[in-house]
Order: sequence, then structure tokens, then C-alpha cells
Amino acid sequence: MSAETQAPAQPIELREVRGPSATGGGSKRFFELLWLISATEFKKSFHGTAFGYIWSLVRPLMLFGVLLVVFTRIIRFNVDNYPVLLLFNLVVFSLFQEGTNSAVGSVLAQEGIVRKTQFPRLVIPLSSVIVAVFTLGLNLIAVFVFFLIYGLDPMWTWLLLPLILLPIFILTCAISLLISALNVRFRDVAIIWTVAGTVLMYGTPIIYPLNIIEPSFLKDVLLANPLTLIFEQARHWIIDPEAETALQAAGSWVAMLPAAAIYVLACVLGVWVFKREAPKIAERL
Amino acid sequence: MAVETTQNGPATPRGRDFDAEPVVIEASGVTKSFRLPVNKISSLKEQITTFSRPDYRELHALRDVSFDVRRGEFFGIVGRNGSGKSTLLKVLASIYAADGGRVRMAGRLAPFIELGVGFNPELTARENVELNGVMMGLERRQARSRLGAVLEFAELEEFVDMKLKNYSSGMLVRLAFSVMIQSDAEILLIDEVLAVGDAAFQQKCADVFHEMRDGERTVILVTHDMGAVEHYCHRAMLLHDGEVRGMGDPGEVARKYLRLNFESAPSSGEDSLGEVADIVVEDAWLEDGDGERVTNVEKGEELHFCAALEAKRDVDGPTFGFTFANPDGVEVMGFGVPPDDLPERIAAGQRIQIRSKVENRLAPGRYVVRCWIHRNRNISDIVLYSPHILDFVVFGKDEAGVAFFETEVEFELKGREGR
Repeated sequence: MSAETQAPAQPIELREVRGPSATGGGSKRFFELLWLISATEFKKSFHGTAFGYIWSLVRPLMLFGVLLVVFTRIIRFNVDNYPVLLLFNLVVFSLFQEGTNSAVGSVLAQEGIVRKTQFPRLVIPLSSVIVAVFTLGLNLIAVFVFFLIYGLDPMWTWLLLPLILLPIFILTCAISLLISALNVRFRDVAIIWTVAGTVLMYGTPIIYPLNIIEPSFLKDVLLANPLTLIFEQARHWIIDPEAETALQAAGSWVAMLPAAAIYVLACVLGVWVFKREAPKIAERL
Repeated sequence: MAVETTQNGPATPRGRDFDAEPVVIEASGVTKSFRLPVNKISSLKEQITTFSRPDYRELHALRDVSFDVRRGEFFGIVGRNGSGKSTLLKVLASIYAADGGRVRMAGRLAPFIELGVGFNPELTARENVELNGVMMGLERRQARSRLGAVLEFAELEEFVDMKLKNYSSGMLVRLAFSVMIQSDAEILLIDEVLAVGDAAFQQKCADVFHEMRDGERTVILVTHDMGAVEHYCHRAMLLHDGEVRGMGDPGEVARKYLRLNFESAPSSGEDSLGEVADIVVEDAWLEDGDGERVTNVEKGEELHFCAALEAKRDVDGPTFGFTFANPDGVEVMGFGVPPDDLPERIAAGQRIQIRSKVENRLAPGRYVVRCWIHRNRNISDIVLYSPHILDFVVFGKDEAGVAFFETEVEFELKGREGR
């Protein structure tokens, strides 16, 4: 510009504008936005319903009631403490299920924000997962109250619960990133995911314990599911110290490798795909 | 058309000298194109079952756009729909990534691409102001501390704890606008958000823009409204087809914009981009008092002007205007569709039938009918300008002037003859 040739101005240091990205804008802004949006969405999910929070508890409880009747009255599982195991598993699995289910369409749902503001894209699917964490937190209180009413003795291993939840949370985040980014390109990812979610629910020992299955190809497949090992370990720590640990269920460290590999792969893939897609999300909507 | 840049000091109009100010926004060679699939593929099945590679049409939204903005400048970006101005704003705001070129910036930026982004109807004004503030780049504490000022400007203090879904649309717009005004970012990017709310609030907004012009903040304003450009901007830039076509004095840029608009204005519905205009005139004709189509009318005879139009795309807030021009190019009369009859929106595919009864005072001669269509109830936002949709002849005894009026003449002679 011709202005350059005129009276000299004290230049200011300019920073590069690099366009949108998964995390752009600094970590403080990132976490503030994450918190604010998660809290808003959480509040929003209960607004306009008469019973608010109760509904988020009723859904797993209904499923619990139905499954309990089916597997104790119709098909008789001979499993110690089956009701508490079932309830705990259903509630913890809902972190994964609800987190990914709401994340998959989240970027599309927040289209207005994505297309109109400067915004670290990562916040959007992650806030869906955080909302699921809030719900889980409330539901777990109900679950532990149920434990005590049922007559389960408190154990010190209950304190290890975060070691169960953390890997599930991380996996949920990774899958959420993957499917929410892909769903912008292919809108049917959301539909596929509802089916995949059901498959995963039965492919994880949620409503049945792993040890009722004889060693077989099917069992090997189940063991390749990272969630299987996590839920097995949870059963040992939280419900029944007599039950197998994840290691015992798998048989050996080597047998745990496929699940570990899939876990790591899912995490890497989720982050990589999302990072790659993030700058283009606004244009593709 | 070549890029013309006014040379008389691009940053000096209106008495403020920006040469001593540092550059805070620097764009050099920014390009951006979109690949628009001719058949948009958005499902896996289509991707798999479409054996041939999908066809893409490359749309060059920005081609080698360069400019600098200095601190404190009020910089306007003008251009018609599809000229790339909104894309440029989104690149500046980090919503789109540029394909090429470089953008550098100093200071905190707040983009206002649309009023009230992220407003949630289920939340109260208090919560929304905070949420919106954080989205616009504030920290939560700052966003909260601004609440009072925002509500005061919007004159909505009493409604702070009311959910937005219970706000009227006017209140909503006022709140959104105040959030923008009260943002303390050093650089504001504003896209077409002027003229909101009722007359009193508009005046208030105008005052704020005047203040901004004279203040420390740097503002980039994207608009169709040449009045706003000339009023507020220190400097302006004209974009056309993604290229910079002019830069410098806002008045000059505004004139260039209008010229560009009219030059390429369609007479048959085709505009310069080779695309069909949003609304096309399909037919225009005259009828006499009996409803018969006529091409010539006798002086003083009842005259009905009719037009049939079709919307090719959705047009919000349309207005229609017609003028009759004589062979000298003088627009003898003009009329518009009364505001009360105008729809909020015309959807693509809808047809419009306009019939008007005109008191025929036209002096004999040949007349040409011109047609203007605007959107957003804004006469500088032109959808269609067609300088010739119909011509007709008024015949009869010629008299002086471009029109005749019934005149009652009294003539009196005073005094005595002869003396």
C-alpha cells in the first residue's frame, strides 16, 4: 500500500492469523468455553421437562428393570449380585453411549457457532462428553445408594473407581472426535453410530459377565474390545472381589495386547482425524 | 477493470492522519476458493455408489486480496452479493482458513458476523451475555462485568432474568447489538448489522458508530449500504468477483460500487456473472381502461402498468420501484409498491403480479419503464436494476413540459384602454 511510503509509523508486532483449528485461541479460553458450553448444554437438556434430572436417571433405570426381569426370571443367570452388577455396568456404559451419541451430531447442531465465531472446534464434541460426565456423576450417586440398600459392603477398592472411569472417558472423547468430524462429511455416520452403539453394548460384558462364556473365537473377539477389560476390572474392584480381574479374564498379558492396541489406535485416529478436519469444518457445513 | 487506488493519501480523509499509526491488520495475497460439488455427496452410500469421481466446480471467492488497516481506522469493505466480502471477513476472523497468502494482526479481535451468535432462547439475558461474551473472545470475568453496560445500552435492565425466548424480536436485536458495542476488543469485524431496532435505537447505534469512527478501536465494516460507508468509514475497499477493484476514499469507492452495479445490471434478468438474477421480470405491459393490452396510449387516457416477475431465489424484505423516463432520460414519475403490501420474503419459484393504475399526465412522447428491486428493505441493496423493461408511446397534441396538469386559468384585464 502506498501508505508504507509515508511518514513512518511505529510498527506493532503482528501475529499470524492461521485460521480455524481444533484448539486455537489459548488454553484458558479453551477450558472456559468447554466449561461454559457443557454447563449450558447440561442445563438445557433439563429445561422444559417437568422432572428435569429425574429423566436422565429413569432411562437407565427402565432398561435396568427390563433386563433384570429378563435375566433373573426368564433366562436365569447364576451370577452373584447380578442386580448391582447390571445397574453399575449400565450406568457406567451410558457415559460412553450417551457421550458418543450426542457428540456425533454435535458439530452439525452447533452450526451457528461454528460458522459465525472464532472457536476452538475441539470444544464442541468434548462438551457433549462432559455433559455425559455430569449425568454420570449424578447417576453414580444413585447407584451407590442402591449398593448400600442392596447390602453390598463398602470396599476400599471403591476408591479406585476413577481408574475405571478415566480410560472410558478418554476412549469416549477419542471416538467422539472421530465420529463428529466424519459426520460433517458423511451425514450417515450418525445413523451408523446408533447401530454400532447397540452392537458395542452387547459386545461388552454389560448385561452378562464374561466368565459365563466358554473360551472360543467369540470370547477372543469380546476380549479384543478394550471396554471388555475395563468392565471386567470394574466388576472385580467395585462389585465382587471374588470375580476375575481383567488380567485373569484375558488369561495373560499377551492376550490383552489386541485390546490395548485397538484402544491406542482409536485414540490416535480420533485426534488425528479431528485435527485434520477441524480447519475445514465451517466450510463443509 | 483495473485496480484503481486513490493516490491522495489513502489514510487521510476526514482530517485524521493514520500514517502515524501502526498497521494492525495486514493481508497480503489472500486467496480462497471453494470446491463446490456439482452433485453434493453427503452420504457414504453415494460416495461408494458414485463410480466416477464427483464433479467439482471451483469457486474463487478471493483472488490475491491485499490491504493494510491502521490502528483506529474505520475501514469499509463493499461489494455485491457473492463478491467475496463475507468470505474475507471470515478469513480475518479465523472461521475459514485461507488457501494462500498471509494475514497478520495485532490486538484482540471480536468478529460479529451475525448478531447474537450462540444466543440460547432457554437461558436468561444474564447467562446469554456471558456466554456470548466468552464466545466473542472475552474471559468469563470480563464478560460478567460487562453485563451492566450491555443491559443499560440495550435499555433492558428490567429483563435481565427473563429467558430470551420471551423477548420480543426487537428486544433481542437490541441486546445482541449492545453485546457487540460493549465488546472491548481492539479490532471489531462487523458484517451488515446496521439499522436494527426501532428508530430511536437506530439513532443510538448511529451515534455509537460515529464514536467508533473517532475512537481508538479499529473497525472493519462489511456492508451494502453506501450511506453507511460514506458516513462512517475513513477508507473503503471495493471487492468484485473476489478481486480488489478499488481502495481509498469512501465516497469514491461507493460511487465505483454503484457504477459497477449499474453497468452489469441486467436488462433481461441475466447479470454479469452469467447467473440469473434473484428476481427476473418475465413480462411487462400496459392495459387501457377496459383491461386490453395496449402499446400506445392517448394523452390523458387511463393507464394501467402491469408486470409479472418470478423469484429465482429467496429474497428477504423485497421492495419494488418503477419509473417512467422520457427520451431525454428524465424520470418523469416513479412509484413503488406500498410497504404494507410487501411480503417479508419471496421464496424461489414464487411469482409476482404487479398492477398499477397510473393517472396519465404524461406529455406525448416515447417512454421507457425502469425497474428497481431491492432486498432487506434497503435501497442500496440492489437485487435487480433493469433500465428498460417496457417502452410505450403517448400520443396526442403536444404541449410544453414533460407532463401536463389540469389547470384552471383565470384571466382578468384591468385598467381602461385608450386613456
